[in-house]
Amino acid sequence: MAAIQLKHVAQARSGDKGNTCDIGLFARTPEMYQVFLKEVTAERVKEHFKDLVFGEVTRYEVPNILALKFVLEEALGGGAASSLRTDNLGKSFGSNLLRMVIEVPDHLLNDENMLKRPWDH
Amino acid sequence: MKKIRIGAGQGFYGDTIYGALNMAKFGNVQYISFDCLAELTMSILQKDRQKDPSKGYTKDISVTAKTLLPYVKEKGIKLITNAGGINPEGARREVFRIAKEMGISGIKVGIASGDNIFPYLNEFLEKGVSLDHYTTGEPFDRVRDRLMFASAYLGAHPIVECLRQGADIVITGRTTDSAQFLAPMIYEFGWSTDDWDKLSQGVLLGHLMECSAQSSGGNFSGDWWNIENFESIGYPVCEVSENGEAFLTKPEGTGGRVSVDTVKEQFLYEIHDPSEYISPDVICDWSNVRFNQIGPDQVEVTGAKGKPAPPKLKAVMGYRNGYLGQGLVGYSWPDAMKKAQKAEEIIRKQMDLYGIQYEDYLVEYLGYNSIHGPLATPIDEENLNEIYLRVAIRTSDRSEAQNFGRLFPPLALNGPPFIGGLHGMSSVRELSGLWSVLIPRELIECNVEVNVEEV
Repeated sequence: MAAIQLKHVAQARSGDKGNTCDIGLFARTPEMYQVFLKEVTAERVKEHFKDLVFGEVTRYEVPNILALKFVLEEALGGGAASSLRTDNLGKSFGSNLLRMVIEVPDHLLNDENMLKRPWDH
Repeated sequence: MKKIRIGAGQGFYGDTIYGALNMAKFGNVQYISFDCLAELTMSILQKDRQKDPSKGYTKDISVTAKTLLPYVKEKGIKLITNAGGINPEGARREVFRIAKEMGISGIKVGIASGDNIFPYLNEFLEKGVSLDHYTTGEPFDRVRDRLMFASAYLGAHPIVECLRQGADIVITGRTTDSAQFLAPMIYEFGWSTDDWDKLSQGVLLGHLMECSAQSSGGNFSGDWWNIENFESIGYPVCEVSENGEAFLTKPEGTGGRVSVDTVKEQFLYEIHDPSEYISPDVICDWSNVRFNQIGPDQVEVTGAKGKPAPPKLKAVMGYRNGYLGQGLVGYSWPDAMKKAQKAEEIIRKQMDLYGIQYEDYLVEYLGYNSIHGPLATPIDEENLNEIYLRVAIRTSDRSEAQNFGRLFPPLALNGPPFIGGLHGMSSVRELSGLWSVLIPRELIECNVEVNVEEV
């Protein structure tokens, strides 16, 4: 097993609806999706964002496209037009989630799963 | 089988016109649809209208009209937009003004209104409709005196009616983001109001296109470094058949990428439960949607299912929620962070000294944690070249927000050394809270009007 940050193996995009932020998280293979299902739980996401998000965190599973959907309530300092924050629209909550460290079986750390950055050598 | 091609023209108020221009030139489309209204936008437009009652629509409709009217005239491309904001009639007047300036005539412009429910709020309350916040349950009385606008989200049908009356351009107020895309499908194919699966597919295609390049390679979190020609990125096109079969693509020769990976990021964007995405025209079940690469920059979209339209429509109201006062100041190596922290301490103590009242106080260090907040990785303070301190407050009083901003410029002479980029005080901004409610649709739909006029 290897402990790695989600940024190496996932895509993510986030956005806002009022004071609620939502994040789509995407795996590249069905095997990695199974790892996400186990590792990236609603509880862990709530814990990850505990100093930014003050409401419930709900997870929806979307297996057809190997995705998880997280809905984070009371997340944006009152919502875009009210928030004092620089990231008032929650556009960077997706990248913030990519900081999370998950346990991945070594044999899944292959070309199929990894996002290879040209500057990572 | 009958097919149409619909292109995306704009994903938000302020989006570039070049995406729409490339669409008109190279998209081979019959319709270009624009989504100009984010939740935030209605507050901005309301402020415009307070200053000048003839405004209240997105001002860039002038650019849209100047750029695209020739294509409407010569190629017969129809434009559909919710740029009307809180003043669709004003937006049409502006389009007519520009058409006359350009010597273009014979264009029919339809407007759809009735989304503005502000005048009816008391009537709703008398009829027993709850205007308490529909998710948090907070009582309406908390914001009632501070309301600035109230708009219901209308669906595609008022737009369809404009098209039936021969409109070349349709301008609406607050229609849902996807309605501008769904409407031409309903109009062209005669989809019935209870053909839930097709309507759900249409909303899905609209949702994939409403944020312009977000499904064609923009804001892409996968291998974004391999996306080609961001500078001329193509906005998405959908080619849809009357039975709902559809694929997404982009205009020939434009940059970006339409792949399963780029499309699926947009698919889950700003929807909550994928098995129950509620639109005015249909409740969508997208839990079995699939994307399939059928060619270069061509992604087939299948699997949307629908359930009967909801009995209530969502409406969003904006209310005055105090003022934002803020200041920004940069410090350089050595000890940039320590100096910024000292400056923050000075600001805080001066607020006490001068008795500046506030309801919220936020400190961010740009270059360290302003975007990721408490999750940001600790910095190497020794080698930090620069850091910007940003402090923001919310106050109920405009002059307090101004007084707060005035604390920053003196830091250049009265605080820690080696200041750079002294932006100092920023202009005060009024904050708007948003209040969401659900209202029985018949109370709204009885006021919806469409009207088509020719320039």
